[in-house]
Amino acid sequence: MNLSRREQLTGRVFLIALIVVTLLPFVSMLSAALQPRGTVPSGLEWPSDPQWGNFADAFTAANMGALLRSSLLIVAGVVPVSVLIATMAGFGLGQLRVPGGRLVFGLFLLGLTLPFEAVVTPLYYQMQDLGLLNTRWAIILPLIGLYMPFAVFWMRAHFTNVPVELSEAARVDGSSTWQLFWRVQVPLARPAIASLTILMFLWTWNQFLLAIVLVDDATKRTMAGALGAFQGQWGTDLVLLCAGSLLILTPTLIVFLIFQRQFIKALIQGSVKG
Amino acid sequence: MTSALGSAPTGHDDRRARPTPARAHRFRWARAAGTGWLYVLPALVMYAVFVLRPLVLTLQYSLYDWNGIGVARWVGLDNYLTVFTDSDLLKIIGNAIVLIVFFSFIPVALGLLVASMVRRITTGAFGTVVRTILFLPQVIPLVAAGIAWSWLLSSNGLVNQALRAVGLGGVARAWLGDFDTALPAVGVIGAWVLLGLCTILLVTGMSKIDPALYEAARLDGAGPFREFLAVTLPSLRQEIGVCLTVTIIAALASFDIVYISTSGGPGLQTTVPGLEIYRLAFSQRQVGLASALAVVLMLLVLACVLPIQRLSRGEKQ
Repeated sequence: MNLSRREQLTGRVFLIALIVVTLLPFVSMLSAALQPRGTVPSGLEWPSDPQWGNFADAFTAANMGALLRSSLLIVAGVVPVSVLIATMAGFGLGQLRVPGGRLVFGLFLLGLTLPFEAVVTPLYYQMQDLGLLNTRWAIILPLIGLYMPFAVFWMRAHFTNVPVELSEAARVDGSSTWQLFWRVQVPLARPAIASLTILMFLWTWNQFLLAIVLVDDATKRTMAGALGAFQGQWGTDLVLLCAGSLLILTPTLIVFLIFQRQFIKALIQGSVKG
Repeated sequence: MTSALGSAPTGHDDRRARPTPARAHRFRWARAAGTGWLYVLPALVMYAVFVLRPLVLTLQYSLYDWNGIGVARWVGLDNYLTVFTDSDLLKIIGNAIVLIVFFSFIPVALGLLVASMVRRITTGAFGTVVRTILFLPQVIPLVAAGIAWSWLLSSNGLVNQALRAVGLGGVARAWLGDFDTALPAVGVIGAWVLLGLCTILLVTGMSKIDPALYEAARLDGAGPFREFLAVTLPSLRQEIGVCLTVTIIAALASFDIVYISTSGGPGLQTTVPGLEIYRLAFSQRQVGLASALAVVLMLLVLACVLPIQRLSRGEKQ
């Protein structure tokens, strides 16, 4: 690298400024969350007597236990099924190359840029007809469908790049298509599957629009949907709102920090491939 | 998430991926075709039932006047006519387009600036910390970003506190509540969310550029600016395309941030199509008009994203 020292220094300074700007909202929220209840906090001001108890209050006020359980149930309903059927479809389209597969794939591509707002109204009436409104199924089922364009696209991209000779060799050995899929292809696809799983977990956990439209009860929503309700309820109590928001963020942050490397890889690949 | 990421395939194209199979193989594969469909079917069914069917219904609703309960009345293209002539709706669509400046252009421009100066984030601990922090806004729900920034931009918030500290107390205001500043303030929130992502993507792309290109440019006597135009921009075409695609979709289809930070106010200053669809369909019970707006929004996204895809990929292959 032939960068002059000065340029490198400016680059660093910019990066650090960027980091500060990224972190400030969190720090400001924390400083507000630690003020005594009932006071009016201002911008960024470390409290003389930090009220960590506010978090306990927020935990109760937000009904965190129920929220966590609800979000986990929704994730459990959406992610494994989506990953499985998208992997199967990717395998069918990318490896088995079913006749008419191009057409089907084109159909999936149609949905890649689709804003959820474009289908949320009919989905509401559809869920009403199915009697699923205000249940977690109203979030789970549509999300699986809405994830398919990206998920199938993603898995197909992986399977297209696996040499077909591999499948042919397995067939010569007399294995059935399912054995070929489950024993040979899926283990090889593990990195692609892992990234997809991470992205879907994140998107589900953070899904807001479907949650507020299709489910009224905050304790049956996703985390993001519940946070929206929490803001509606405690919007005027800034201290509690900040404490509750930080609390609701914590599970995501913990998961992110644990799987940080995989997350970043998935997010970079996810946007580049998309 | 609202991160409907990207569109259109990358270089993974069927045509080049496998050599023509021998005839004998073809027979075997033909037999497998029936089985093959069984693998595609579950995904296709879920997609058809929960995306394609609603999509067709949106198109259908958009041709009717319907309050969601009673009898629907056929009105042809009247709803579309309303979308394109009603001054409120036009303003709302305009708001989404203004947001593109903040959600897309600012993060991409700043990201490019940082990328061209940093060129590569060191692989060591510093690099990991930088990456992790810059990705934080991507990981948290947009709702949380909305709440945090509503607080930052409020009358007592950090932004005003900082302004007062440097003697600019005169311009301090409730940024999200002021008619003149509400939309840019919402834009700033979006810029904050997307800046880190764009920066990382661009820096990652930057680190793949052959340093020899820069050497050559320097030898030819190019200054930093010419170097940027002649080497950096063309080499990063694909990454810039990705950033623009992701961020423009985020701007046009924005909902979460606006809903939380301003609910579209004051007046209609920050109302975006996503929010208006939600309101029309569920508060005002104008399902037909909501659906027409949804179709227009969908087409607007395609009209912005497809040319970018063409530009950023087409010439490279």
